[in-house]
Parts: sequence; C-alpha cells; structure tokens
Amino acid sequence: MDVEYVARLARIGLTSEENALFQKQLGQVLRYIDKLKEADISGVESSAHAVPMFNVLREDEPRPGLTVEEALSNAPRQANNLFIVPKVVE
Amino acid sequence: MNFVASIGLEVHVQLKTRSKMFCGCAVEFGAGPNEHTCPVCLGLPGALPVMNHEALRLTLLTGLMLDCEIAPLSKFDRKNYFYPDMPKNYQISQYDLPLCANGRVPLHERAYPSDARGKIDKSVPLARIHLEEDVAKSFHFETTTGIDFNRAGTPLMEIVTQPEIHSPDEAFAFLASLKQILIQGGVSDADMEKGQLRCDCNVSVRPKSRAELGAKIEIKNMNSISGVRRALAFELDRQVHLLERGEKLEQETRGWSDERGETFLMRTKESAHDYRYFPDPDLVPVKTDSLVAEVRSRVPELPAAKRARFVEQYQITDYDAAVLANDVDLARYFESAAQGATKPKQIANWILNDLQSALSAANKTINDCAIPPEALRELVGLIDSGRISGKQAKDVFADMFASGKSAGEVVRTKGIEQLSDTAALEKMCDEVITANPKPAADFKAGNAASLNFLTGQVMKLSKGKANPQLVGEILQRKLK
Repeated sequence: MDVEYVARLARIGLTSEENALFQKQLGQVLRYIDKLKEADISGVESSAHAVPMFNVLREDEPRPGLTVEEALSNAPRQANNLFIVPKVVE
Repeated sequence: MNFVASIGLEVHVQLKTRSKMFCGCAVEFGAGPNEHTCPVCLGLPGALPVMNHEALRLTLLTGLMLDCEIAPLSKFDRKNYFYPDMPKNYQISQYDLPLCANGRVPLHERAYPSDARGKIDKSVPLARIHLEEDVAKSFHFETTTGIDFNRAGTPLMEIVTQPEIHSPDEAFAFLASLKQILIQGGVSDADMEKGQLRCDCNVSVRPKSRAELGAKIEIKNMNSISGVRRALAFELDRQVHLLERGEKLEQETRGWSDERGETFLMRTKESAHDYRYFPDPDLVPVKTDSLVAEVRSRVPELPAAKRARFVEQYQITDYDAAVLANDVDLARYFESAAQGATKPKQIANWILNDLQSALSAANKTINDCAIPPEALRELVGLIDSGRISGKQAKDVFADMFASGKSAGEVVRTKGIEQLSDTAALEKMCDEVITANPKPAADFKAGNAASLNFLTGQVMKLSKGKANPQLVGEILQRKLK
C-alpha cells in the first residue's frame, strides 16, 4: 500500500522513518485481514452491519438545538455569529 | 459540426422538509447565522445521526414520479474529505445502494428556451437518485472564511443523468422539465436562484467518427437554468476549438463565471478527490417497501397525463394542452377558469396569447396576475354572448389586467358595451340603406361584398358599438 498517499489523504505529515515503520505495520494488518478471504462465505448475504436492524427513523419534527452562543463556544475565532477559519477557496 | 457533445448533469435538490436529514434542527430559509445547529450537524464527537422519515419518502416519491427502479434495500455511506463546510470530515451520502436507479425525465417542447424550441417527446435517461446531507455555507472574506452551519445537514437529493444530453438547449429543457415535476410533487420549491436546485455538468466532446466518450470535464457554480445553458455553450465551443487545433483534452474541473461569461480551470485530474467511501456504521440500512407504500398516493398527475386529460376534457389542441400542463401554475389557472365555461378552448387561447404576453411584458408570473381565473371566464362569456366584440374585449382585457377590475365592471364604467338593441340597430340600418342606395341595390342584385360596406357604415354610425353580426343579419333581412 502507498502509505504516503494515505497519509496525505488523512492530512498527516510523516517522516521517512515513520513512513517505513507504518509501511511495515500496515502491511501486517492487511495481511492479517487477508486471512478473512479464506473463510467460505458462499450463501452469506453481504451486510454493512452486524445487527439485522432496519429503518430507524425519526419523524420530520423540528426541535430546538443549541443557541448561537453555545454553537460558537468552541470556535477558535468568530465574527458576526459565523465560525471564522483560514481563507479557503476551491 | 463534426463533433458530438455528451452532457451528463448532477442535480442537487433541497427537499421540502421541516427538519434536517439526521437531526431535529429546523430547516428555515433566511435565519440568522448558526441559529439552527446541534451536536449532530456541527459534527461534534459522539453525536449520532437519525434519518428523517419524510426525506426518505420525498426521495422515493421523486423516484416514482421519474419512473425509477426503487432499491428494495438501501444504505448510507461516508464520503471522506476535508473542508471546513463539513466538520465531521465526511459527508453522509449514498454510494453503491442508492434509493433509486434509472428512470427518466420527459422533455416537452415548451420546456426548451423560447428561442430554441426542440423536439417533443424526447426524454433524458437517469442513472440514479440518492439522498445525502448538505454542507454548511461559506462566506469568503478578504483574508478569512466565515461558516454558517444552518444549511449543514439539511436533506439534499442528488439526481444524476446518463451522459445523454446532447446540447445546451436540451440541458435547459431537462432542468425546466425536472423543476416542474419536483414542484408538482411537492418535493422541493426548486428555485435555482435560492440554491434549492443546484447543478454540476459533465461535458465531453468527441469526433463523430469515434465511439468512446472524450475527456470528461466538469463545470460547477451555475446558479440559473440559463446560466447552465450559457456555460455549456461556451464549454462545448472551447473544447471543439482545442480539438480542432489538434490539442488533447484532459479530465478537469472548471468553474463558471456568469459575469465574464466563461469557464475557468479549478483543478486537474491529479488533484481530483479520492473520497474513500465506506458504509456509515452509525446508520442502519433502509428497507423501502413500506416507505414506497406510504408515498404511492402522493404521486401527482404528471404533465403527460394532465396533457392527455386536458385534450379529452376541454377539447383543446394537443399543443395548447402541452403548454398548459407543463406549467403547474398555468394548469391550475386554466382549470379554475375553465370550470363551468362553455368555451374552454377560448379560455385556453386567451391564457396562451393575451395573458401570457401581458404577463411577460409586465414581468409578472401567473401567480401575481391581477385577473383572477373567474374574471377571465366572465370576459370570454361576454364575447360569447355577443355583449362585447372580440376587438372590444382586447381593450377590456387590458383594463382588467391593469386595474384588477372584473370584466363586467370595466364594460360598465367604460360604456363599451356592444349595441345589441335590435330596435336601435334596425333604425341605423334603415338610415344607412337610405343613404347608400347603390350598394344596397348591388347587394340585392347578388353582389355579396356590398354587405360588408353597408355593415361598415352601420358600425361607423354606432361609433363602433353595434354588434356586427346582428347588423349583418338585419341588413340581409331588409335587403331580401
């Protein structure tokens, strides 16, 4: 696997030593997961969840959330009730 | 042109729900910044999402209206990326099991731009419809960006077409037709200028002689249906020019500047996102059968069915029926006006000609028209019963449109009622016959055209008020 690429996607800066270390460790993890491929899963339906639970829904009723002050209480910077972040332009 | 354009659209639609997709925060247009947030839509650690029942229903309703296959089992996935408008660092979306697949949007002639009427009965095939959450709104300042999370987590439905739109006009017609259906189903208000309907375009061109699609170029940031049309026209032109010069096109994302009327490079393939989708473990899958049963009764009469019914029920032409049926508001107006009318065909004519041009000249829509449907029916009734002439009706109409008065009121106050008093008309006819012995004799001798002259003289004498049909009858009787 391309550790450098995965690190970039996760916005993590790695030194070349760390890169080599994780290359080895993640490789081991992947090899371990490869073991799962040995299991016979013919006739088993694929599922994203372990519990057979469906349609957990809520009705479309608005209810109060946080006040503006509460919402912004963790903001490192704020102005005019907006969260202020470094300028981002796509 | 020796090139073929293939255009695919990704349309994002804000659903008409009262609360957000995965939390109970209110969805309200125009609220102050960050007034509708909670731990779920702010992406605070530990908060858990719960699906909005109505948002699922509205997406499935759209699927039914657009003739899609509904997935029996659907699920939500995480789409991972870093951007401050999405503080969880992933957007909850759907990847491999969208709620709806395939389907189509029929295009109607009147959905095309007014300067480019297209073929009737084409339809654009869809790839899929899925449900996701919207992101926060960013405001870009000089050195910083401000974020308002009111929109974050509101339900957003994405409709993806096959790349089978072949011109900017067709893209325009597709969006106009889709918008009508969404409004009709009560799924969304679908106002592009308010951001309730947003659209990204994938465009590629290829030489006619080649089968495979050319490099896919995505255009973003268009905020009106006509903007989409202009952006596509510009982009197709640009791509064809490059190909003709022998250059090669690469996959890239471009933005559209409405002011400059051109697209510009945003990012190339190398910097394309890798979203690493995976199933969201916080949300259980959805079985759609019971949900579909809940919305079946909410499928409205769609334009095609309405058009057929109008032809049948009101005996109007297929063309008129198509125009009326394609516009929800126009159709509603027509049906109220035609209620109990003896000549629905005449009512359709007035709406499609005089009313439409008056509205566009006044820059108004049918919803803020000063003439209520009943008043238009009354006006057509007055013409039909001979109380006013067709020509007088035009004046009455203009007055009604400007003042909001009823037809009867305008006729009374202006004194333009047609003269249908037979005794008075007989007297005028006698006068005219006496004053014009030659044409009278000519008519008696068989010259039918002389009758028009004599009728004209009576009209003149009555200062245009006489009922011309009645005058003609009286003259003929007198000159037998």
